[in-house]
Amino acid sequence: MTTSMIFFILLAILAIASAVAMIASRSAIYSALFLVLNFLAVAVIYLMLGAPFVSLAQITVYAGAIMILFIFVIMLLGTKKLDSEEPLKWQRPLAIILSAALVIEGAYVLVTRIGSHALATAATSELADPKTLGMVLFQKYALPFEIVSVILLVAAIGAVVLSRHDSKPGGN
Amino acid sequence: MYPLIFPLALAGILFSIGVVGFLIRKNAIIVFMSLELMFNAANLVFITFANYFQNVNGQVIVIFIMTTAAAEVAVGLALIVSIFRSRHSISVDDLNKLKG
Amino acid sequence: MESGQYLNLVPWVVFMPVIGLVINLLFGKRFGETFSGVVGSLASGLSFIVSVLVAMGLAAHPEAAIVTLGEWITIGALQVHWAFRVDTLSVVMMLVVSGVGTLIHIYSIGYMHSDVRHNGDPERFTRFFVYLNLFIASMMTLVSADNFLMMFVGWEGVGLCSYLLIGFWFEKGKNGTGNAEAAKKAFITNRIGDFGLLIAMFMIFKYFGSFQFDTVFGQAAQVAQAHPGAMLAITLFMLLGVTGKSAQIPLFVWLPDAMAGPTPVSALIHAATMVTAGVYLVARSSAFYALVPTAQTVVMWIGGLTAFFAATIAIGQYDIKKVLAYSTISQLGFMVAAVGMGATVAGMFHLVTHAFFKGLLFLAAGSVIQGVERGLHHAHGAGELDPQDMRNMGGLRKVMPVTFWVYLIGGLALSGIVPLAGFFSKDEILAAAYHGQPALFILLVISAFMTAFYMGRQLVMVFFGKPRSAAAEGASESPKVMTIPLIILAGLSIIGGVLNLPGVHTLEHWLSHTLGEGEPAEFIWLVAGLSLILALAGLGLGWLVYAGKLSKADAPDPMKSKLGPVFTGMEHKWWVDEFYQTLILNPYKAFSEFMANPVDLGVIDRIGGGLAAGARSASEGLSKIQNGFVRSYALWMLIGLVAIMTYLILK
Repeated sequence: MTTSMIFFILLAILAIASAVAMIASRSAIYSALFLVLNFLAVAVIYLMLGAPFVSLAQITVYAGAIMILFIFVIMLLGTKKLDSEEPLKWQRPLAIILSAALVIEGAYVLVTRIGSHALATAATSELADPKTLGMVLFQKYALPFEIVSVILLVAAIGAVVLSRHDSKPGGN
Repeated sequence: MYPLIFPLALAGILFSIGVVGFLIRKNAIIVFMSLELMFNAANLVFITFANYFQNVNGQVIVIFIMTTAAAEVAVGLALIVSIFRSRHSISVDDLNKLKG
Repeated sequence: MESGQYLNLVPWVVFMPVIGLVINLLFGKRFGETFSGVVGSLASGLSFIVSVLVAMGLAAHPEAAIVTLGEWITIGALQVHWAFRVDTLSVVMMLVVSGVGTLIHIYSIGYMHSDVRHNGDPERFTRFFVYLNLFIASMMTLVSADNFLMMFVGWEGVGLCSYLLIGFWFEKGKNGTGNAEAAKKAFITNRIGDFGLLIAMFMIFKYFGSFQFDTVFGQAAQVAQAHPGAMLAITLFMLLGVTGKSAQIPLFVWLPDAMAGPTPVSALIHAATMVTAGVYLVARSSAFYALVPTAQTVVMWIGGLTAFFAATIAIGQYDIKKVLAYSTISQLGFMVAAVGMGATVAGMFHLVTHAFFKGLLFLAAGSVIQGVERGLHHAHGAGELDPQDMRNMGGLRKVMPVTFWVYLIGGLALSGIVPLAGFFSKDEILAAAYHGQPALFILLVISAFMTAFYMGRQLVMVFFGKPRSAAAEGASESPKVMTIPLIILAGLSIIGGVLNLPGVHTLEHWLSHTLGEGEPAEFIWLVAGLSLILALAGLGLGWLVYAGKLSKADAPDPMKSKLGPVFTGMEHKWWVDEFYQTLILNPYKAFSEFMANPVDLGVIDRIGGGLAAGARSASEGLSKIQNGFVRSYALWMLIGLVAIMTYLILK
């Protein structure tokens, strides 16, 4: 059992625990904070897997910007707790049973198809170099990159339009 | 060094937790966060295989997913806000008009 | 054009009336009665001319010719062509149908002119000629067909026309539905016969693999040897078709009711042509019947019994057309008996002469009826009076001399007075029976005697004595357009015998090209003399019984006191209709009632309703799945996802 393996397991436990806490928490604000914790843990795993740029992007964009947005909205709408009564009788047990089934099936596939012989390797310096990423992103994926930028623009405009405080919908 | 299935299994577990959260929570914001958790699990798989195949393409995809998720969050939260304005509730169970 | 090429004209015997009916359908109403009548008559007349040309062509080349217009049905082994057959048998039928048909068309111009006015709907004049032309086209298809299936098309076509024309005044009659019901009765009774013919055709296809006449009849001997039972079934089922179309026992009941149609229809369809289709069918299939003696015997006895039975009923009827209707059934019985005995030529001969004199009698009866109607009109009503009831007539010979003379000729021809047409043809049948079937001979002779008797009775009741009603007194002669066809038909009834004079046998030789060489019927002096004596005796007895005995319209029939209950039976048609009503129709209705109420409503509908209710409740249950909760829909997605994963793993 190597050091990195122990470290990974600790991080994985942290990620799972924070995820469970996120969905279990009664308060939306706590949920958001647990999700941030989860993102941070995953970001460290990214780093271990040799993706420093993605890892930092995860921290700044996801854990930072996006979660701030969530917390803004939570603050805006109030943190009123909803009653936990479930109107759908079978929803909760079925969701848990089926998700467990999904996990078991996934595990079965992983074990039978991949097994334990495949190892995650230490990142090479070339793969970890953000320059490599940048070269691929702006050359091979130039067009998708541009399209994603347009999507972002549309989303920004859409968000503005949707949340405008205008009693006359569709008017300007 | 650790087996490849560790991060993949973690991704699967996180995804399933996200599914459970999506299905059992009524607060629209938490439902949304569960969605983000599932995205995150998917990203983890991409990064893992980028590492395994020593190929940077997986990371590029993750960048795209993050960006798109950001856009989706912006629009989604705007929707939640505008729904809250009209219905004074953020419970997804109050949005039950989609039926025959 | 060389005469042999005339044979290729044969499709025009069908196309001419079709063209006529299309023209009348499109323009008839616009251009009025004369136009419709002339177009209709011209179409039929051209058809007759084509028939004559074809006959001339055939005289030069007596072998049968087949004119194929195209493929009709090709399904696997079944190959049916749209083909016309020209042989001596079909040409005889063509000539009779189009010749008598044309005369009746011309007569109808005059008859329908007043009939549509009498019934109060002049708009229908054109429709009548459309139907008549359709009938000629169908009948021509029937007789010119080269295979059983084509013939069946014509067979059904004439049935349809019969239905349409019987119900021509469908809103009239007893209780306003009498005519419609008569039409329905004719149609349904014919369906029973057609069912038999269809079964026969199916069996023919099964055992012969073809519908084409030459192919089928060519194999008849082999099949009769290999499958005698099948041949018997084919011929007997065919006979069922014959009894339907040619109004034989047991399916004759529709023909008297068919008199509800206008009189030219009775003359054309229900006396001269359509009802002889059954005789034609047996003659055409004589190759079959010759091989199955049992079927021949059955055919013969059905014909003989029908001839006798219908003649007895004819004696007790008062309606001028009903007498003729039963007489037609009786004469058809003679023909069927003849073809049943294998005396096909005699049967065909009688068919032709009967078309002349029975067509004549019906048309003359129509002239009488309209004369009485005119008298009725003249007398300003004089109460409700049936212009067809012979008890209301009398003394018409003075006011309707032409009609009287032609009626007399028709009546004498029917009775079999030498040298009129009916004498020779009936005598040939009697001679054939005298040779081999003494019992049948006696039956037919008695029938012939009764024929003469009821004709004598009818002639006396209608034309002699004093008028028994104001209407009869005021009756007047029909216009020339009606009397000229009558005179032509009367001429044909007089000279029709020359077609097959004893010793000359023109028709015999002519038909032998198709039916095979047979023994020319022998002229037996004893039989001829006996039938002539009996005919004269019948007429004389009719005169003795009725002349001067009827003074008032409501006086009882003099035969009633002499025959008592027997006459009552004749009057009531031996209660055959009532018998069928009790034995078949009422149980059938009760059965239908049972099927409709307890079975259909109780069982079938409950099964159907149960299925519907089940589907409904199942849908309602399923629709609960769509409960509006987004999370619930997402759960279904998860279920699907897990299911797909499970499938992929277990695969």
